[in-house]
Amino acid sequence: MFLRMLVRAAVLRRGRAASALFAMVVAAAVATAMLNLYVDVQAKLRREFRNYGANIIVVGRDGASLPANAVAQVDSVLAGRGIAAPFAMIVARTSDGQAIVVAGTDFDRVRQLDHWWQVSGWPAGDSKDNSHFSQNQGEVGHPESYAALVGVRALAAVTPKNQPFDLSFQGRTIHLTPAGTVQTGAAEDSRIYLSLADFVAWAGVEPSTIEVAANGSPEEVTAIMNQLAQAIPAADARPVRQIMEGEARVLGKTRATLLAAAALIILTAALCVLSTLMGWVFDRRRDFAIMKALGASGRLLNGFFAAEAAALGATGAVIGFVVGIGIAAWIGRVNFHAAVVPRFSVLPLVLAGSMAVTLVSAILPISLLRRVQPAVILRGE
Amino acid sequence: MFVRLVYESFRRQKRRKVLAGAAITLGVTVATAMIAVATDIGDKINRELRTIGANLVVTPQEDSLDVEIGGVNLKPPSDGAYLNEADLPKIKDIFWRNNITSFAPTLPVPVRLEHAGKQQDVTLLGTYFAKRLPLGGEDFTTGVRSTYAWWKVSGAWPDDNSRNVLVGEKLARRLGETAVEEITVSGRRLRVSGILSTGGAEDDQIVAPLALAQEILGKPGAVRRVYVSALTKPEDAFGRRDPKSMSGPIYDRWYCTPYPQAIALQLTEAIPHSHAEQIRQVAQNEGAVLTRIEGLIFLITLAALFASALAVSAAMATAIFERRAEVGLMKALGAGKLAVAAVFFAEATLLALIGGAVGFGAGALLARQIGQSIFNSQISIPPVLLPVILAIAVIVTFAGSAAAIRRAVTLDPVFALRGEL
Repeated sequence: MFLRMLVRAAVLRRGRAASALFAMVVAAAVATAMLNLYVDVQAKLRREFRNYGANIIVVGRDGASLPANAVAQVDSVLAGRGIAAPFAMIVARTSDGQAIVVAGTDFDRVRQLDHWWQVSGWPAGDSKDNSHFSQNQGEVGHPESYAALVGVRALAAVTPKNQPFDLSFQGRTIHLTPAGTVQTGAAEDSRIYLSLADFVAWAGVEPSTIEVAANGSPEEVTAIMNQLAQAIPAADARPVRQIMEGEARVLGKTRATLLAAAALIILTAALCVLSTLMGWVFDRRRDFAIMKALGASGRLLNGFFAAEAAALGATGAVIGFVVGIGIAAWIGRVNFHAAVVPRFSVLPLVLAGSMAVTLVSAILPISLLRRVQPAVILRGE
Repeated sequence: MFVRLVYESFRRQKRRKVLAGAAITLGVTVATAMIAVATDIGDKINRELRTIGANLVVTPQEDSLDVEIGGVNLKPPSDGAYLNEADLPKIKDIFWRNNITSFAPTLPVPVRLEHAGKQQDVTLLGTYFAKRLPLGGEDFTTGVRSTYAWWKVSGAWPDDNSRNVLVGEKLARRLGETAVEEITVSGRRLRVSGILSTGGAEDDQIVAPLALAQEILGKPGAVRRVYVSALTKPEDAFGRRDPKSMSGPIYDRWYCTPYPQAIALQLTEAIPHSHAEQIRQVAQNEGAVLTRIEGLIFLITLAALFASALAVSAAMATAIFERRAEVGLMKALGAGKLAVAAVFFAEATLLALIGGAVGFGAGALLARQIGQSIFNSQISIPPVLLPVILAIAVIVTFAGSAAAIRRAVTLDPVFALRGEL
């Protein structure tokens, strides 16, 4: 009987029930989408911030070189939670005696770490390819020519015509072919980069710096930094403060703005549900009066309308949750070019919120109507 | 008659009108606040991103290569060209001067540091800390304290006109004392006002007022580099185009857009014998982060507009549905569909205008509150937006009431009056 009343009530007044359900679905969808985004936006924006490059720098104490296995150790500490690139540097002389900073690095890693480097052409990664390269293009008299990435300012100073050139360091000379130029607007512009294997073979200097871009929250990054310091006792691991602080500030403010927006939107949606549902219940004061006139107790009436509201709230919340996940995923794709992972932990929250709003909007008009005589309502006054 | 109908409806049914009006007001408040936040968020986040440091650098045009490893400058001081300190105020004279939030000149000088009997070669970096520059009417305070917000000093920042210096954290540790009071640099005794911690190369350096560095170097007015922090627009395909290949009006449009390249060009023009460039690590990524956050807030604003439109239409539908009996009476007395609809639409317009105006004010206040509590600066909404918001409010209210009004005018008066439906 109770169930039949519930079902008939919904079926008989399809239009009004549908509009109430629609309002509920929209509110739940908006709430789900906002909560999902709020949880996810931090991870999404952190990824954008990783494009700023390293947030941890590992340097040998007092300018000393790092142990030979340092890069492997950093990789094992990171375990996929970031990317690291080694750098070795010396000051070499050009054939006309000009001092220039030459660095050896792993080009594949640098490409992933330093997205902002504007490079006209990356040298092939390892020395095997280089020797192959030199066989084809190396000049006679220079059996080995190594590919180099030349900073734009260094290029203008060393080889303005983009021709092969020589560098010497401690009496050893290397013959280099510019494979491309790098422009960053910073110190890199005045340097020449070689692949690490070529660099070590020529200069005999091991890397002294490893730049690390570690993913994760500030706590996770700090933990990684401490692990790095422990793994390589001969080195100092220090944070790149401007990146970490800037990231924390921007993320914090964005989340706060998002929270304010979410609160406003959810409030609006809840009020929309409240007004629709109250109208719906108020509209059915005749049903109410007839039930009361036929002898239904106050508890039964309350139970009936509460059950109805709860059913509506639950249905709306579940449908809205699915729609909301869809909206969040769409925003993630359009704006961040990455999926927003559905958070099922949000579902109980949305469900409870929806039921609370529907119950309030059902009970409020009922408690008003209970004080009125059924006869008065039935007379239409 | 028509006017009286509407007037009486407002006078008699105060409760219902207040409810519907409140819904409209709330909807418009949320919409206004979100629009205000969305239009201003770019600027606010841009300012937050400036904490990452300068995004433009000005170097002498004929500069020789930098020879620097790990913050130690190996370039002989006689080498290379300098900028003139007297030209620096021109930075605040370019077309986008209001977008320049701060700048800091630097002058590295290799010096010999003597302390407690030990000698070592270090770099002394001359710069502005918080220098007041007179610019026409108003003063502009600039220097590393605003350009490099993450620099921390234990002790006191030196005054720009003093002969006090800061000693880098690592250098101080090497000197073997926790509290370094005084150091001797190239024969000059200098008071140390604090220990500087930056996490960068400056931790191994001495940072001094620019005038002191120039005196030690023996080149008054010399500046090696100027780091400029500017609010820029994210670079797009148009911004990347080579200005030399552009024709007149297109060039003007490019020049008058705050792209990093355009501001760099203006700086190059403003300072004689200089070359300005974007620091790509900062300038490029800034654009990406900014675009993402702006896009996010824009999409959320759309959601907010949608939710408030829905709330308004729900309230209007309920309000009209409750007045079936009235419609029945009007029709029984001979009112046509048009007349009934006209009354309702007139009421809706009136409500939308009142609710819209109140909501606009409340939304502006709310936006201000959000700006104040999150960004410590105001978010203001241009009054020009008021007619737009009002128009949106009227349209949304109309759209929301349309279905309910249509149902109301097709009512059979007999049923409506008997209260059966």
